[in-house]
Amino acid sequence: MPEKFIEFRGISKSFGSRQILNKVDLDIYEGQTTTIIGKSGTGKSVLLKHIIGLLSPDEGTISFKGKPLNEMNKKELSDYRSRLSFCFQNNALFDSLTVFENIALPLRKTTRLSKKKVAELVHSRIDQMELSDVPDKYPADLSGGMQKRVALARALITDPQIVLFDEPTTGQDPIRKNAILSMIAQYQKKFGFTTILISHELPDVFFISDRILVLYDKNIIFQGDYRNLQDLKHPFVDEFIKSLEGVQDELTGLHSRKGFENQYNKAITRKEAENGFAVIVFSVENMAGFTEYAGHTAAQHFIHSLGSHINMYFSDKGISNRFSRDQFMTMLPTTRVSQTGPMLEDFASRFKINGLEAELDITRTQAQSATGYTLRVMAGLAEGTPSEEIEKTAERALKDGQVIAEIFIEKRGQ
Amino acid sequence: MATTSPEHADLTPDKNDSSPPLLLLPFALLGEKFLHVINNLGAISIFFAKSFAGIFTRDQFSATVQQVYYIGAKSVNIVILVALFVGMVIALQMYHVLVDYGSVGVLGSAVSLSLIREMGPVLTAIMITARAGSAMTAEIGIQRISEQIDALETMRINPLLYLVSPRIAAAIISFPLLTTFFDLVGIIGGYFTGVILMGVNGGAYTNGVISSVKMDDITGGLIKAVVFAVLVATICCYQGFFTHMRADGRGAKGVSLSTTSAVVASCVLILVSDYILSTFLL
Repeated sequence: MPEKFIEFRGISKSFGSRQILNKVDLDIYEGQTTTIIGKSGTGKSVLLKHIIGLLSPDEGTISFKGKPLNEMNKKELSDYRSRLSFCFQNNALFDSLTVFENIALPLRKTTRLSKKKVAELVHSRIDQMELSDVPDKYPADLSGGMQKRVALARALITDPQIVLFDEPTTGQDPIRKNAILSMIAQYQKKFGFTTILISHELPDVFFISDRILVLYDKNIIFQGDYRNLQDLKHPFVDEFIKSLEGVQDELTGLHSRKGFENQYNKAITRKEAENGFAVIVFSVENMAGFTEYAGHTAAQHFIHSLGSHINMYFSDKGISNRFSRDQFMTMLPTTRVSQTGPMLEDFASRFKINGLEAELDITRTQAQSATGYTLRVMAGLAEGTPSEEIEKTAERALKDGQVIAEIFIEKRGQ
Repeated sequence: MATTSPEHADLTPDKNDSSPPLLLLPFALLGEKFLHVINNLGAISIFFAKSFAGIFTRDQFSATVQQVYYIGAKSVNIVILVALFVGMVIALQMYHVLVDYGSVGVLGSAVSLSLIREMGPVLTAIMITARAGSAMTAEIGIQRISEQIDALETMRINPLLYLVSPRIAAAIISFPLLTTFFDLVGIIGGYFTGVILMGVNGGAYTNGVISSVKMDDITGGLIKAVVFAVLVATICCYQGFFTHMRADGRGAKGVSLSTTSAVVASCVLILVSDYILSTFLL
């Protein structure tokens, strides 16, 4: 079990006569991505601002590694705050400073590093965040996604241990939303920081979260894995989560988990209990590597394309859903595994022409490396039975994954 | 002492009602207003003290130079223009008064002393308030509502030192310099009207300026300029910095109200403090 990093015990906060938080208890664990969800105006940002120290509680204790913040001396408090970074909902970039100056600001003002060292660190972060073309531009000249990357670069320039994101995907289209979440997940793995996130993007945010905290009626009503959240018997789950999750995945148009489960249950009740059926799991080999090579937006374009093709091809034969960031599952209720070979071959050849090759322009234009990249789509088959849990069938299918389509991508002009 | 007799029943405070009795309401409102003013004065004093101390911390030089450019250098043109016409109109008015007494020879003294002692510092401060003070409030206010100031705090950058200290330092440098410019150009404007247009003897005008202006007059004018600089920069930055605390408007409306309040309060305080300073300096 990871170490407890931040603990809230009995935190209450009011603004005037309006109480926002009432005796909130919560735990944040080291190295994990924790997502706080809740209806608008329930105090999620207030909760985050308590962690960063922008607000103080009226009552209760916030502890970092077991030590209450209100018992820390000035040096300890400064040390605690130096471990944190905050990405604001609207990025909060300084519009009178260039991208380079925005990213360099925390180093220039809080360290005694030489100008040369600051420039070196900033350029290195600019390269990692795929911002090499814009260091001299002003935030107003950048797209929303780029501004988000600049904000993230600024947040990460001091190598923080905890990064807080306040609704990082608000106002973005489905591809951008997924690109931002993918970016957060990738950098979290790459730099190893602890992430605390506020988001409404269900179920996309579940794919990158280790733990979910639900803020409802001034209190935390759930802490834990999102799969357990579905089983929570609380009005919030019916009112909010199920309505937000909907029946379709926004990025791919496939069934959401909820929609898939409904369809799946209907399909297996129509079958004889002993009859088997085919389950195919599609995945992208080394999605993280492809994202690093082609960029987050291009990678999400590709996921969108793969999901859409699965949807188009299999919609009259079975039911499909996206069950992780880069994995799709298709259940074919009236097809046995032995019958799926030709179908899969046909799908692969169509996808290679209409999907992979159609995506080339996007991936080529955003490719960062001159060496090229081989993109592989895998598919695994397994026979499911009504008595077996679908996750277990999917696990067996994943183990059996074979390459069904591949293409070598290189930069334009090479 | 509270009474329970029927005729005084309306004056008896209701234990469950915190509002004062009707007859005492004006005093309560006055007291509340007074406490609000005292509270604000305390807050603004602490705001100034912390920002002023920040002037002497590291890395303030380049930010201060930048602000001197915005507050000072960019105000030179408007200050020169206003100073020229103020000098000319003072000379014109003085000429018509002095000519009745046959004393046009003291025109240079009258123009230069009124400019150096009063008009120069006051009008320069008002001009800079209108041009740069309003910009300070609006810029800091927008940074506040767009969470840029919160971002500074999360990066452990003291927003007072980063945003306010350089502006106060730049104002303290710029106001006396621009006041000096104002005085010089005003005297030249007075010369133009008095000597070239009205035919006053040029030597008498120049001699009047040189003989009547004492070092104390110049020092007094510059002291006023420094005091005005502190008042204008502090009020304008304070209004922008706390624009989110306004009860009468949020967001863009809050910034516009803060800017208006900053300009009005600065101009009023310039005139009030000018009177107080003049009583001590004369």
